[in-house]
Amino acid sequence: MILVGLFVAGVAVAVGLALRAFQENLLYFYTPTQAIAGEAPDGKKIRLGGMVQKGSVRREPGDLELRFDVSDDEKTMTVAYSGVLPDLFKEGQGVIAMGQVDANGVFQAEEVLAKHDENYMPPEVAASMNTDAQAAPPVSDPAAN
Amino acid sequence: MWTWFFQLASPPHFYRMAGSLVPWLLWPALLLILIGSWGGLVLAPADYQQGEGYRIIYVHVPSSYLSMMVYVTMAVAAGIGLIWRIKLAHAVAASCAPVGATFTAAALITGMLWGKPMWGTYWQWEPRLTSELILLFLYFGYMSLRSAFNDLNQSDRASAVLALAGVVNVPIIHFSVVWWAGLHQGPSISKIDAPSIAFEMLWPLLVMILGFTLFFLGVLAMRVRGEVLEREFHARWAQDVLRGANRVEAAG
Repeated sequence: MILVGLFVAGVAVAVGLALRAFQENLLYFYTPTQAIAGEAPDGKKIRLGGMVQKGSVRREPGDLELRFDVSDDEKTMTVAYSGVLPDLFKEGQGVIAMGQVDANGVFQAEEVLAKHDENYMPPEVAASMNTDAQAAPPVSDPAAN
Repeated sequence: MWTWFFQLASPPHFYRMAGSLVPWLLWPALLLILIGSWGGLVLAPADYQQGEGYRIIYVHVPSSYLSMMVYVTMAVAAGIGLIWRIKLAHAVAASCAPVGATFTAAALITGMLWGKPMWGTYWQWEPRLTSELILLFLYFGYMSLRSAFNDLNQSDRASAVLALAGVVNVPIIHFSVVWWAGLHQGPSISKIDAPSIAFEMLWPLLVMILGFTLFFLGVLAMRVRGEVLEREFHARWAQDVLRGANRVEAAG
Protein backbone atom coordinates (compact mmCIF):
# COMPACT_ATOMS: atom_id res chain seq x y z
CA MET A 1 0.00 0.00 0.00
CA ILE A 2 2.85 2.35 0.89
CA LEU A 3 4.64 1.35 -2.31
CA VAL A 4 1.56 2.09 -4.42
CA GLY A 5 1.03 5.39 -2.61
CA LEU A 6 4.68 6.37 -3.15
CA PHE A 7 4.41 5.39 -6.81
CA VAL A 8 1.38 7.62 -7.43
CA ALA A 9 2.98 10.49 -5.45
CA GLY A 10 6.21 10.07 -7.44
CA VAL A 11 4.44 10.20 -10.77
CA ALA A 12 2.46 13.24 -9.62
CA VAL A 13 5.65 15.08 -8.59
CA ALA A 14 7.38 14.16 -11.87
CA VAL A 15 4.43 15.42 -13.93
CA GLY A 16 4.20 18.54 -11.78
CA LEU A 17 7.89 19.34 -12.38
CA ALA A 18 7.56 18.65 -16.11
CA LEU A 19 4.54 20.98 -16.32
CA ARG A 20 6.46 23.69 -14.46
CA ALA A 21 9.36 23.35 -16.84
CA PHE A 22 7.07 23.54 -19.85
CA GLN A 23 5.00 26.42 -18.46
CA GLU A 24 6.38 28.83 -21.07
CA ASN A 25 5.85 26.47 -23.98
CA LEU A 26 2.37 25.58 -22.76
CA LEU A 27 1.29 29.17 -23.24
CA TYR A 28 -1.71 28.98 -25.53
CA PHE A 29 -2.08 32.69 -26.27
CA TYR A 30 -0.41 36.03 -25.58
CA THR A 31 -2.25 39.03 -24.18
CA PRO A 32 -1.94 42.39 -26.00
CA THR A 33 0.30 43.61 -23.15
CA GLN A 34 2.70 40.72 -23.69
CA ALA A 35 2.60 41.07 -27.48
CA ILE A 36 3.33 44.82 -27.36
CA ALA A 37 6.13 44.30 -24.82
CA GLY A 38 7.75 41.95 -27.34
CA GLU A 39 7.42 38.81 -25.23
CA ALA A 40 6.11 36.86 -28.21
CA PRO A 41 8.73 35.40 -30.57
CA ASP A 42 9.50 37.62 -33.58
CA GLY A 43 8.57 36.51 -37.07
CA LYS A 44 6.52 33.57 -35.79
CA LYS A 45 2.82 33.00 -35.79
CA ILE A 46 1.28 33.53 -32.37
CA ARG A 47 -2.15 33.55 -30.82
CA LEU A 48 -3.44 36.78 -29.38
CA GLY A 49 -6.21 36.59 -26.80
CA GLY A 50 -8.37 39.23 -25.15
CA MET A 51 -11.69 41.04 -25.27
CA VAL A 52 -13.07 42.62 -28.40
CA GLN A 53 -13.47 46.25 -27.38
CA LYS A 54 -16.99 47.66 -27.58
CA GLY A 55 -17.60 49.74 -30.65
CA SER A 56 -14.25 48.87 -32.20
CA VAL A 57 -15.40 46.50 -34.94
CA ARG A 58 -15.18 48.35 -38.26
CA ARG A 59 -15.39 47.22 -41.85
CA GLU A 60 -14.09 49.16 -44.83
CA PRO A 61 -16.86 49.66 -47.40
CA GLY A 62 -16.39 47.37 -50.39
CA ASP A 63 -13.75 45.34 -48.61
CA LEU A 64 -13.92 42.01 -46.82
CA GLU A 65 -11.34 43.11 -44.31
CA LEU A 66 -12.51 43.64 -40.78
CA ARG A 67 -10.66 45.49 -38.05
CA PHE A 68 -11.25 45.39 -34.34
CA ASP A 69 -9.34 46.15 -31.16
CA VAL A 70 -8.43 43.40 -28.71
CA SER A 71 -7.81 44.51 -25.17
CA ASP A 72 -6.73 42.97 -21.87
CA ASP A 73 -7.82 46.04 -19.85
CA GLU A 74 -4.27 47.42 -20.00
CA LYS A 75 -3.14 47.54 -23.62
CA THR A 76 -5.02 47.29 -26.89
CA MET A 77 -3.96 45.83 -30.20
CA THR A 78 -5.70 46.26 -33.54
CA VAL A 79 -6.49 43.04 -35.37
CA ALA A 80 -7.08 42.87 -39.14
CA TYR A 81 -8.92 39.86 -40.48
CA SER A 82 -10.80 38.82 -43.59
CA GLY A 83 -12.78 35.63 -43.38
CA VAL A 84 -15.68 33.91 -41.71
CA LEU A 85 -16.31 34.77 -38.07
CA PRO A 86 -17.66 32.22 -35.57
CA ASP A 87 -21.19 32.56 -34.13
CA LEU A 88 -20.01 33.76 -30.76
CA PHE A 89 -17.84 36.58 -32.09
CA LYS A 90 -19.21 39.74 -30.52
CA GLU A 91 -18.05 43.04 -29.13
CA GLY A 92 -17.32 42.71 -25.43
CA GLN A 93 -16.63 38.97 -25.77
CA GLY A 94 -13.41 36.98 -25.59
CA VAL A 95 -11.56 36.23 -28.78
CA ILE A 96 -8.42 34.37 -29.82
CA ALA A 97 -6.71 35.36 -33.09
CA MET A 98 -3.94 33.40 -34.79
CA GLY A 99 -1.47 35.38 -36.88
CA GLN A 100 1.46 37.80 -36.84
CA VAL A 101 2.13 41.38 -35.86
CA ASP A 102 3.08 43.42 -38.94
CA ALA A 103 5.50 46.39 -39.17
CA ASN A 104 2.74 48.86 -38.24
CA GLY A 105 1.91 47.03 -35.04
CA VAL A 106 -1.34 45.66 -36.51
CA PHE A 107 -2.05 42.00 -35.81
CA GLN A 108 -2.71 40.31 -39.17
CA ALA A 109 -4.98 37.40 -38.26
CA GLU A 110 -5.41 34.27 -40.37
CA GLU A 111 -7.92 32.72 -38.04
CA VAL A 112 -10.25 34.20 -35.45
CA LEU A 113 -11.85 32.04 -32.75
CA ALA A 114 -14.49 33.13 -30.28
CA LYS A 115 -13.90 32.29 -26.65
CA HIS A 116 -17.08 31.43 -24.82
CA ASP A 117 -17.56 32.32 -21.18
CA GLU A 118 -19.08 30.00 -18.60
CA ASN A 119 -22.40 31.84 -18.30
CA TYR A 120 -25.57 30.18 -19.51
CA MET A 121 -28.86 32.05 -19.23
CA PRO A 122 -32.10 32.67 -21.10
CA PRO A 123 -32.15 35.82 -23.31
CA GLU A 124 -34.72 37.59 -21.10
CA VAL A 125 -32.46 37.28 -18.06
CA ALA A 126 -29.49 38.63 -20.00
CA ALA A 127 -31.63 41.54 -21.24
CA SER A 128 -32.84 42.41 -17.74
CA MET A 129 -29.29 42.25 -16.40
CA ASN A 130 -28.26 44.71 -19.10
CA THR A 131 -30.96 47.25 -18.26
CA ASP A 132 -30.60 46.84 -14.50
CA ALA A 133 -26.90 47.38 -14.22
CA GLN A 134 -26.25 49.24 -17.45
CA ALA A 135 -23.51 46.73 -18.03
CA ALA A 136 -22.97 43.55 -19.97
CA PRO A 137 -23.60 40.25 -18.15
CA PRO A 138 -20.52 39.23 -16.18
CA VAL A 139 -17.93 38.40 -18.79
CA SER A 140 -14.98 36.37 -17.70
CA ASP A 141 -11.54 37.76 -18.31
CA PRO A 142 -9.71 35.33 -20.57
CA ALA A 143 -6.39 36.31 -19.06
CA ALA A 144 -7.62 35.09 -15.67
CA ASN A 145 -8.99 31.81 -16.92
CA MET B 1 -17.61 -6.01 8.53
CA TRP B 2 -14.71 -8.13 7.22
CA THR B 3 -16.86 -11.20 6.61
CA TRP B 4 -19.17 -8.99 4.57
CA PHE B 5 -16.19 -7.68 2.65
CA PHE B 6 -14.83 -11.15 1.90
CA GLN B 7 -18.25 -12.38 0.94
CA LEU B 8 -18.57 -9.50 -1.50
CA ALA B 9 -15.19 -10.33 -3.00
CA SER B 10 -16.18 -13.98 -3.50
CA PRO B 11 -16.97 -14.36 -7.19
CA PRO B 12 -20.17 -16.48 -7.02
CA HIS B 13 -21.68 -14.21 -4.39
CA PHE B 14 -20.74 -11.11 -6.35
CA TYR B 15 -22.09 -12.62 -9.56
CA ARG B 16 -25.52 -13.13 -8.00
CA MET B 17 -25.57 -9.79 -6.22
CA ALA B 18 -24.53 -7.78 -9.29
CA GLY B 19 -27.12 -9.60 -11.35
CA SER B 20 -29.94 -8.58 -9.06
CA LEU B 21 -28.60 -5.01 -8.96
CA VAL B 22 -28.61 -4.42 -12.74
CA PRO B 23 -32.34 -3.69 -13.22
CA TRP B 24 -32.30 -1.36 -10.17
CA LEU B 25 -29.60 0.69 -11.90
CA LEU B 26 -30.58 0.60 -15.56
CA TRP B 27 -34.32 1.32 -15.27
CA PRO B 28 -33.87 4.43 -13.09
CA ALA B 29 -31.05 5.46 -15.47
CA LEU B 30 -33.40 5.24 -18.45
CA LEU B 31 -36.10 7.18 -16.58
CA LEU B 32 -33.68 9.94 -15.53
CA ILE B 33 -32.16 10.25 -19.01
CA LEU B 34 -35.66 10.58 -20.50
CA ILE B 35 -36.66 13.23 -17.94
CA GLY B 36 -33.34 15.05 -18.42
CA SER B 37 -33.63 15.01 -22.22
CA TRP B 38 -37.17 16.33 -22.06
CA GLY B 39 -36.14 19.03 -19.60
CA GLY B 40 -33.03 19.94 -21.57
CA LEU B 41 -34.39 19.79 -25.10
CA VAL B 42 -37.97 20.98 -24.54
CA LEU B 43 -38.39 22.82 -21.24
CA ALA B 44 -35.10 24.70 -20.94
CA PRO B 45 -34.99 28.06 -22.73
CA ALA B 46 -32.47 28.95 -25.45
CA ASP B 47 -29.22 30.59 -24.40
CA TYR B 48 -28.78 34.37 -24.71
CA GLN B 49 -25.69 33.96 -26.88
CA GLN B 50 -25.56 30.45 -28.24
CA GLY B 51 -29.25 30.06 -29.02
CA GLU B 52 -30.30 26.42 -29.33
CA GLY B 53 -26.75 25.18 -29.92
CA TYR B 54 -25.87 25.09 -26.24
CA ARG B 55 -28.19 22.10 -25.71
CA ILE B 56 -25.32 19.77 -26.59
CA ILE B 57 -24.15 20.28 -22.99
CA TYR B 58 -26.85 17.80 -21.91
CA VAL B 59 -24.72 15.07 -23.50
CA HIS B 60 -21.30 16.70 -23.44
CA VAL B 61 -21.09 17.53 -19.73
CA PRO B 62 -22.30 14.13 -18.39
CA SER B 63 -19.96 12.33 -20.82
CA SER B 64 -16.98 14.45 -19.82
CA TYR B 65 -17.78 14.05 -16.14
CA LEU B 66 -18.03 10.28 -16.47
CA SER B 67 -14.92 10.04 -18.64
CA MET B 68 -13.02 11.22 -15.54
CA MET B 69 -15.15 9.46 -12.89
CA VAL B 70 -14.78 6.12 -14.67
CA TYR B 71 -11.02 6.60 -14.80
CA VAL B 72 -10.89 7.28 -11.05
CA THR B 73 -13.06 4.20 -10.40
CA MET B 74 -10.73 2.15 -12.61
CA ALA B 75 -7.58 3.43 -10.88
CA VAL B 76 -9.01 2.89 -7.37
CA ALA B 77 -10.10 -0.67 -8.28
CA ALA B 78 -6.69 -1.35 -9.84
CA GLY B 79 -4.97 0.00 -6.72
CA ILE B 80 -7.10 -2.19 -4.42
CA GLY B 81 -6.30 -5.17 -6.62
CA LEU B 82 -2.60 -4.40 -6.51
CA ILE B 83 -2.42 -3.82 -2.74
CA TRP B 84 -4.70 -6.55 -1.38
CA ARG B 85 -4.40 -8.88 -4.36
CA ILE B 86 -8.16 -9.07 -4.80
CA LYS B 87 -8.92 -10.52 -8.22
CA LEU B 88 -12.44 -9.13 -8.24
CA ALA B 89 -11.00 -5.61 -8.01
CA HIS B 90 -8.88 -6.27 -11.10
CA ALA B 91 -12.00 -7.55 -12.86
CA VAL B 92 -13.77 -4.27 -12.00
CA ALA B 93 -10.84 -2.20 -13.33
CA ALA B 94 -10.69 -4.20 -16.55
CA SER B 95 -14.44 -3.76 -17.05
CA CYS B 96 -14.24 0.02 -16.59
CA ALA B 97 -11.83 0.75 -19.44
CA PRO B 98 -13.98 0.33 -22.59
CA VAL B 99 -16.90 2.18 -20.96
CA GLY B 100 -14.66 5.05 -19.94
CA ALA B 101 -13.07 5.21 -23.38
CA THR B 102 -16.56 5.45 -24.91
CA PHE B 103 -17.56 8.33 -22.64
CA THR B 104 -14.26 10.10 -23.43
CA ALA B 105 -14.83 9.72 -27.17
CA ALA B 106 -18.43 10.98 -26.76
CA ALA B 107 -17.17 14.02 -24.83
CA LEU B 108 -14.57 14.81 -27.49
CA ILE B 109 -16.94 14.33 -30.43
CA THR B 110 -19.82 16.36 -28.95
CA GLY B 111 -17.33 19.06 -27.98
CA MET B 112 -15.94 19.22 -31.51
CA LEU B 113 -19.41 19.45 -33.04
CA TRP B 114 -20.20 22.36 -30.73
CA GLY B 115 -16.78 23.97 -31.23
CA LYS B 116 -17.05 24.37 -34.99
CA PRO B 117 -20.00 26.82 -35.04
CA MET B 118 -19.32 28.46 -31.67
CA TRP B 119 -15.54 28.80 -31.47
CA GLY B 120 -14.96 28.54 -35.20
CA THR B 121 -12.83 25.41 -35.03
CA TYR B 122 -13.25 21.68 -34.43
CA TRP B 123 -9.95 21.28 -32.70
CA GLN B 124 -7.28 23.36 -31.02
CA TRP B 125 -4.25 22.10 -29.13
CA GLU B 126 -5.29 23.91 -26.01
CA PRO B 127 -5.00 22.56 -22.43
CA ARG B 128 -8.50 21.15 -21.85
CA LEU B 129 -8.86 19.49 -25.24
CA THR B 130 -5.33 18.08 -25.20
CA SER B 131 -5.58 16.65 -21.67
CA GLU B 132 -8.94 15.01 -22.48
CA LEU B 133 -7.38 13.45 -25.60
CA ILE B 134 -4.54 12.11 -23.42
CA LEU B 135 -7.24 10.51 -21.24
CA LEU B 136 -8.58 8.69 -24.31
CA PHE B 137 -5.06 7.45 -25.10
CA LEU B 138 -4.62 6.31 -21.49
CA TYR B 139 -7.74 4.15 -21.82
CA PHE B 140 -6.46 2.76 -25.14
CA GLY B 141 -3.02 2.12 -23.62
CA TYR B 142 -4.59 0.36 -20.65
CA MET B 143 -6.65 -1.92 -22.88
CA SER B 144 -3.72 -2.69 -25.21
CA LEU B 145 -1.45 -3.45 -22.26
CA ARG B 146 -4.02 -5.84 -20.82
CA SER B 147 -4.20 -7.79 -24.03
CA ALA B 148 -0.40 -7.87 -24.42
CA PHE B 149 0.04 -10.64 -21.80
CA ASN B 150 -1.06 -14.24 -21.92
CA ASP B 151 -0.95 -14.58 -18.16
CA LEU B 152 -3.96 -12.98 -16.51
CA ASN B 153 -2.08 -12.15 -13.27
CA GLN B 154 0.68 -10.38 -15.17
CA SER B 155 -1.81 -8.46 -17.25
CA ASP B 156 -3.74 -7.43 -14.10
CA ARG B 157 -0.66 -6.15 -12.32
CA ALA B 158 0.98 -4.36 -15.27
CA SER B 159 -2.22 -2.62 -16.31
CA ALA B 160 -2.93 -1.61 -12.70
CA VAL B 161 0.41 0.24 -12.57
CA LEU B 162 -0.48 2.09 -15.78
CA ALA B 163 -3.97 2.95 -14.47
CA LEU B 164 -2.45 4.38 -11.27
CA ALA B 165 0.19 6.39 -13.10
CA GLY B 166 -2.45 7.87 -15.41
CA VAL B 167 -4.65 9.06 -12.57
CA VAL B 168 -2.58 12.27 -12.27
CA ASN B 169 -4.13 13.33 -15.58
CA VAL B 170 -7.61 13.59 -14.00
CA PRO B 171 -6.96 16.69 -11.85
CA ILE B 172 -5.00 18.17 -14.77
CA ILE B 173 -8.10 17.87 -16.98
CA HIS B 174 -10.35 19.33 -14.31
CA PHE B 175 -8.14 22.32 -13.50
CA SER B 176 -6.80 22.87 -17.03
CA VAL B 177 -9.32 25.66 -17.62
CA VAL B 178 -8.29 27.37 -14.38
CA TRP B 179 -4.50 26.93 -14.49
CA TRP B 180 -3.89 27.88 -18.10
CA ALA B 181 -5.37 30.44 -20.45
CA GLY B 182 -7.00 28.30 -23.12
CA LEU B 183 -9.99 28.34 -25.40
CA HIS B 184 -12.35 26.18 -23.34
CA GLN B 185 -14.59 28.08 -20.91
CA GLY B 186 -14.17 27.79 -17.16
CA PRO B 187 -16.36 25.66 -14.88
CA SER B 188 -20.05 26.66 -14.64
CA ILE B 189 -21.28 24.23 -11.96
CA SER B 190 -18.34 22.93 -9.93
CA LYS B 191 -17.19 26.08 -8.22
CA ILE B 192 -17.55 27.55 -4.76
CA ASP B 193 -19.91 30.42 -5.58
CA ALA B 194 -23.30 30.07 -7.26
CA PRO B 195 -23.33 28.21 -10.59
CA SER B 196 -23.10 30.48 -13.66
CA ILE B 197 -26.02 28.75 -15.31
CA ALA B 198 -29.69 29.57 -14.98
CA PHE B 199 -31.65 27.12 -12.82
CA GLU B 200 -34.08 26.08 -15.58
CA MET B 201 -31.05 25.05 -17.66
CA LEU B 202 -29.21 23.51 -14.71
CA TRP B 203 -31.69 20.99 -13.34
CA PRO B 204 -31.99 18.90 -16.53
CA LEU B 205 -28.19 18.84 -16.65
CA LEU B 206 -27.96 17.49 -13.10
CA VAL B 207 -30.66 14.90 -13.86
CA MET B 208 -28.70 13.84 -16.95
CA ILE B 209 -25.47 13.53 -14.93
CA LEU B 210 -27.23 11.31 -12.38
CA GLY B 211 -28.85 9.25 -15.16
CA PHE B 212 -25.53 8.76 -16.97
CA THR B 213 -23.88 7.75 -13.68
CA LEU B 214 -26.52 5.10 -12.95
CA PHE B 215 -26.21 3.91 -16.55
CA PHE B 216 -22.47 3.52 -16.07
CA LEU B 217 -22.94 1.57 -12.81
CA GLY B 218 -25.50 -0.72 -14.45
CA VAL B 219 -23.27 -1.39 -17.45
CA LEU B 220 -20.31 -1.89 -15.12
CA ALA B 221 -22.24 -4.48 -13.07
CA MET B 222 -23.11 -6.37 -16.27
CA ARG B 223 -19.55 -6.20 -17.57
CA VAL B 224 -17.99 -7.34 -14.29
CA ARG B 225 -20.36 -10.32 -14.22
CA GLY B 226 -19.15 -11.35 -17.66
CA GLU B 227 -15.51 -10.77 -16.70
CA VAL B 228 -15.85 -12.82 -13.47
CA LEU B 229 -17.56 -15.65 -15.31
CA GLU B 230 -14.75 -15.75 -17.87
CA ARG B 231 -12.05 -15.71 -15.20
CA GLU B 232 -13.73 -18.44 -13.13
CA PHE B 233 -14.65 -20.48 -16.17
CA HIS B 234 -13.35 -23.74 -14.71
CA ALA B 235 -14.86 -23.25 -11.25
CA ARG B 236 -17.81 -25.36 -10.28
CA TRP B 237 -20.21 -22.41 -9.75
CA ALA B 238 -19.39 -20.90 -13.15
CA GLN B 239 -20.04 -24.22 -14.88
CA ASP B 240 -23.37 -24.41 -13.05
CA VAL B 241 -24.26 -20.89 -14.19
CA LEU B 242 -23.29 -21.64 -17.78
CA ARG B 243 -25.21 -24.89 -17.83
CA GLY B 244 -28.23 -23.06 -16.42
CA ALA B 245 -27.92 -20.38 -19.11
CA ASN B 246 -27.69 -23.04 -21.82
CA ARG B 247 -30.77 -24.73 -20.53
CA VAL B 248 -32.69 -21.46 -20.64
CA GLU B 249 -31.46 -20.79 -24.17
CA ALA B 250 -32.40 -24.29 -25.30
CA ALA B 251 -35.84 -23.91 -23.77
CA GLY B 252 -36.34 -20.49 -25.35
